[in-house]
Amino acid sequence: MARDDVREGTLRRESRKNTAKAGRGVAKADAGEGTAPARWARTAMLKPKALANDDFREEAAPARWARTAMLKPMALTNDDAGEGAAPPLLHRPKKLRLNNRVRTLALFVCATLALATLVVVGIYVGAEASGSDFQQKNLAPVPQHLFGTDWMGRDMFLRTVAGMSTSVLVGLFAAGASSVIALVLGLVAALGGRKADAAVSWLIDLMMGLPHIILLILVSFALGKGFWGVAIGVALTHWPGLARIVRAEVLQCRQAAYVTAASRLGQGRLRIALRHMVPQILPQFLVGLILLFPHAILHEAALTFLGFGLSPEQPAIGIILSESMNYLSAGMWWLAVFPGCALIATVLLFDGAGSGLRRLISPRSTQE
Amino acid sequence: MTEDVQQEGLPDGPLQEEAPWQAVAGDPSPGSRRHFVVRLVLGGLARFVCLMLAVSIVVFVLVGLSPIDPVQANVGQAAFINMSEEKRADLAHYWGKDTPLWERYIGWAGSVLAGDMGMSLRYNAPVASVIGAYAGNSLLLMALAWVASGILGFLLGIAAGMNQGRLADRLIKGYCFMLASTPAFWLGLVFLAVFAVWLGWFPFGFSVPIGVASSQVTFADTLHHLFLPAMTLSVVGVANIALHTREKTIDVMQSEYIRFALARGEGRLGALFHHGLRNLALPAITLQFAAISEIFGGSVLVEQVFSYPGLGKAAVTAGLGGDATLLVGIALFSAALVFGGNLLADIIYGIIDPRMRKRGAHGQG
Repeated sequence: MARDDVREGTLRRESRKNTAKAGRGVAKADAGEGTAPARWARTAMLKPKALANDDFREEAAPARWARTAMLKPMALTNDDAGEGAAPPLLHRPKKLRLNNRVRTLALFVCATLALATLVVVGIYVGAEASGSDFQQKNLAPVPQHLFGTDWMGRDMFLRTVAGMSTSVLVGLFAAGASSVIALVLGLVAALGGRKADAAVSWLIDLMMGLPHIILLILVSFALGKGFWGVAIGVALTHWPGLARIVRAEVLQCRQAAYVTAASRLGQGRLRIALRHMVPQILPQFLVGLILLFPHAILHEAALTFLGFGLSPEQPAIGIILSESMNYLSAGMWWLAVFPGCALIATVLLFDGAGSGLRRLISPRSTQE
Repeated sequence: MTEDVQQEGLPDGPLQEEAPWQAVAGDPSPGSRRHFVVRLVLGGLARFVCLMLAVSIVVFVLVGLSPIDPVQANVGQAAFINMSEEKRADLAHYWGKDTPLWERYIGWAGSVLAGDMGMSLRYNAPVASVIGAYAGNSLLLMALAWVASGILGFLLGIAAGMNQGRLADRLIKGYCFMLASTPAFWLGLVFLAVFAVWLGWFPFGFSVPIGVASSQVTFADTLHHLFLPAMTLSVVGVANIALHTREKTIDVMQSEYIRFALARGEGRLGALFHHGLRNLALPAITLQFAAISEIFGGSVLVEQVFSYPGLGKAAVTAGLGGDATLLVGIALFSAALVFGGNLLADIIYGIIDPRMRKRGAHGQG
């Protein structure tokens, strides 16, 4: 606070120099002198200076230098002054804290790397995961077998990793396909006129009118179950939410001045959509895409768990969990608990990556 | 600086907030509430017919696309191999393998309107009676879970919102984020392992005790069997409503009418209950009714885990066993349930919030 006063003193002296002609500003500055917080006084005093700048061209250069020199420390110590209750000068946080943006970005990169590693390792150990060793069956978790072994002596850790890798791949495929559908339908709804909008909205309502699991069962029934039944089922049913978001974004975007200008300049609808709207909605869209993953993975696991998905010898988290049901009453809890935790961890990773990215992209929360 | 602005805004804030409310409360037409409901129900009925038509077409097409051979599925593997070619062709004709899809649909739709939904292959009974037999179990389970998750989620949300940033808030928030990524069926497995196998408090599955005549099953037995599945479903269902209620609570606590109530000397809890609860309840109710779809999906999984004989289990059996008629029937039933939930949400919304009625009266169509 003491240094603040000194600075204000110099400021006031300078403003008095300037306010020989710009008298209104001084009145304000004087009023602010006594009680109002320091920040107010400062802003009030900055105004006459800005005015005075034009009046005193001849002394402008030195005055401006002086001012910039003084503005800099002010901007730096702004936080201290704002707190008011006499914190120590040049306050430095006791703990070293990373900037939030950096931290979020680091989290995002770490999550992506972890998932990529999971996929690669899962593919690599795929063959090993189904190798059985009947001398080592039904083991509770031990250091050699972190997640224990099942009734065929398969290492549950390897099986889980391999299964998660399949799940992530299915999730990637499904989220990619769903997001393309969502983008196309959202654009059509927002740009195609009233009828197209009504049709797409109705389609979305229709998709949401059936419970998701029932829809998935139906699609996989139609495709004759198996891996592709699940993959395509999950891919075809996750777009409604994202399509709604895209539609709303485009509708908002259509009101923007630059879009109106482009259309007045004679650009076609498609060109406007691709050149002016897609870049605008891309961030929202990407975040939505990433946040589709957790849903897709959970639904893939659920559908496989119900028996619609992969065949029992393939590694899949749903298979592992549904098989574990038969051994639960025998007290083999590790068959269910650890693979499930791995599934949750993967989903949380995706979720963390997605919401981190959203925080970075959204202008409202990016400075938090 | 910010406080000054809020103090300036204080005197006229609550008045603005309450003006439209009071105007509606003194609404001269006493039947407006009834009219509102009638209009909603009629409009809902029209939409319902449309939706059912569309859903049935979609479901029928999906089921019709299935590569499952109706002859093979219906007569069974052994009989199919020993069957003569003519007999197979006969049966294929009987199950309409060569008739186009739309003709089959019209035939099916006609008999559904006449009240006949066809025979279930796996349960060897009319589809309507299979659904009737299992719907009771499922609805009981879903209703319990729905109510429990709604109340629990609402209370947790308020608790978190009132303690924003404190330990309770962070715990509840973390719990919700965790649950949002937890598959319901896995949680069911864990509950089974803990409560049924390890602690032995609850039965391992099914809806009634094994080896007891159905006439001797008491309501307590039913509840005992229902508890774990219902708990699984409601624990998973809490996350969404709790997080939304939390956000809303924070908004409401920062609103001007709460500030005014606090200025009059009311406590925080009192202000929330007297002035905030209605505003909090609205989104929660909408959300909870919209969650019926989720709860149905969850019940399919949970019923599978607990071997609980309900619609979800029947749907899985039908899907895995190639029982197309039953699958179509259950899909339609679930669509009707979801639709009914949304319609009820609209109606209740209107009853609680008079502003909605008014808006509906002007903005219809």
